Amino acid sequence: MTTEEKKEKLTDIMASFIGHTAIHLPDDVVSKLEALRAAEDDPAALSIYDMMFKNMRLAADLGRPSCQDTGLVQFRIECGSRFPLIHQLSEILHDAVMKATAETPLRPNAVEIFDEYNTGSNTGTGAPALFWDIIPDSDSCGIYTYLAGGGCSLPGQAMVLMPGDGYEGAARIVLDRITSYGLNACPPLLVGVGIAGSIETAALHSKLALLRPVGSHNPNEKAAAMERLLEDSINAIGIGPQGLGGSSSVLGVNIEYSVRHTATIGVAVSFGCWTHRRGHIVFDSNLDCTTDTHHGFTCGR
Amino acid sequence: MTELINGRTVLTTPFSDADIRALHAGDVIFINGDVITGRDDVHIRVTGEGMDLPVEIRGKALMHAGPIVTGSAGSGYEMISIGPTTSMRMERFEYDFIKKTGVRLIIGKGCMGARTAEACSEFGAVHCVLPAGNAVVAALCAEKITGVEWLDLGMPEALWNIRVKELGPLIVSIDTNGKNLFDEKKKDYAVRKEDQLQKISKQMGSILE
Repeated sequence: MTTEEKKEKLTDIMASFIGHTAIHLPDDVVSKLEALRAAEDDPAALSIYDMMFKNMRLAADLGRPSCQDTGLVQFRIECGSRFPLIHQLSEILHDAVMKATAETPLRPNAVEIFDEYNTGSNTGTGAPALFWDIIPDSDSCGIYTYLAGGGCSLPGQAMVLMPGDGYEGAARIVLDRITSYGLNACPPLLVGVGIAGSIETAALHSKLALLRPVGSHNPNEKAAAMERLLEDSINAIGIGPQGLGGSSSVLGVNIEYSVRHTATIGVAVSFGCWTHRRGHIVFDSNLDCTTDTHHGFTCGR
Repeated sequence: MTELINGRTVLTTPFSDADIRALHAGDVIFINGDVITGRDDVHIRVTGEGMDLPVEIRGKALMHAGPIVTGSAGSGYEMISIGPTTSMRMERFEYDFIKKTGVRLIIGKGCMGARTAEACSEFGAVHCVLPAGNAVVAALCAEKITGVEWLDLGMPEALWNIRVKELGPLIVSIDTNGKNLFDEKKKDYAVRKEDQLQKISKQMGSILE
């Protein structure tokens, strides 16, 4: 294959994968929703869960986006330094978003700042968002896709605390946010918490936390213990689906971090709605691909 | 008009004052008839910029929603996915919007605030929650897109006029007495939150040891 042919192949697969993730929820989210429904005893909450599963089925049967807000498309790229299309990847993902927008179709959500017009293509200044990481000496490329809806982006918050506020300060931000703005953000939510030294590092970690599988835990035992503590605490508040009450509140709590400054604790929280449209696809150097998030997606159609 | 159909309470547009005043926070209803979508930009135009709605909404339903629609004015439009958006974004406009337009029933997601509750009580309107993220279920309730206005605002922000059949379940969250279902929930959550934060504060110490 020529480079142009390879570009076209990767663009087609990515457009098709983005579209697939708008229609089908990832396997881990579906399993967790099944578990939450099974553990629910509030009749009103149960009827909302039933509606959610009916919607998932209809979306799959009709091939339509399960939620009308297909979000701003974001990518976390873990690209090997020797991946053959590393130099073309930004352009490929840009084109894939345009193609997926037209073909799925996705709702056009990208509005240019100051000029205040909808670009119609979900692309524009800095869109799609690309969060790069280069993996030395690897020739494969892993890409996380995320459709960041408006409803669950709205409660996002970041601030820099003083060390005296402690980790309890971080917990307060999370609980304050989820019991106010979080009610409107389509619970049960996935909660992504980032802890670091400044506002942007914390914010990026909170988004990376949302890309981790539901039910997974941070390898650091203390971080994992805090994840469980926050998850149990938020569930005990009983927010339920749609914020109307129920026996649980969240899909889970994921924490990611980097070092803090000796004088600061940067904390950020990002939320994913129940229809958490995250995907993960890995390409080898021949552009053969696998996904561990969507069992129904066939690569290279 | 209000009917009981297969155990469902179904209201059909145009809604009468009595139809709306008979509803109470927590009731579950379905609706037939004319729904018009309108969200941030529509509210800004109507209440901030003083523009008049290009379509009559009196006695009909307003839905805080930005759908995915295919087709064109010539070939006809098809509703692909539609669901409610966060109603709280419209809180700052809604009193004036209800007063000016005479809309009787608002469909959205999550809670609205005190000013909307005031308008609901003063002008005889209700706010209802349609469980969100269920955009295909809702799209299949849309029988026809009868028109679109203000398409210059973009697909999500335009005023889509839709005829619906048994759209729901709609959970009445604010009724004409100004009772707000979420206010009670929020009080409960706030009390439980403080209890949990105390527990977290104690347990974080042992986690970090």
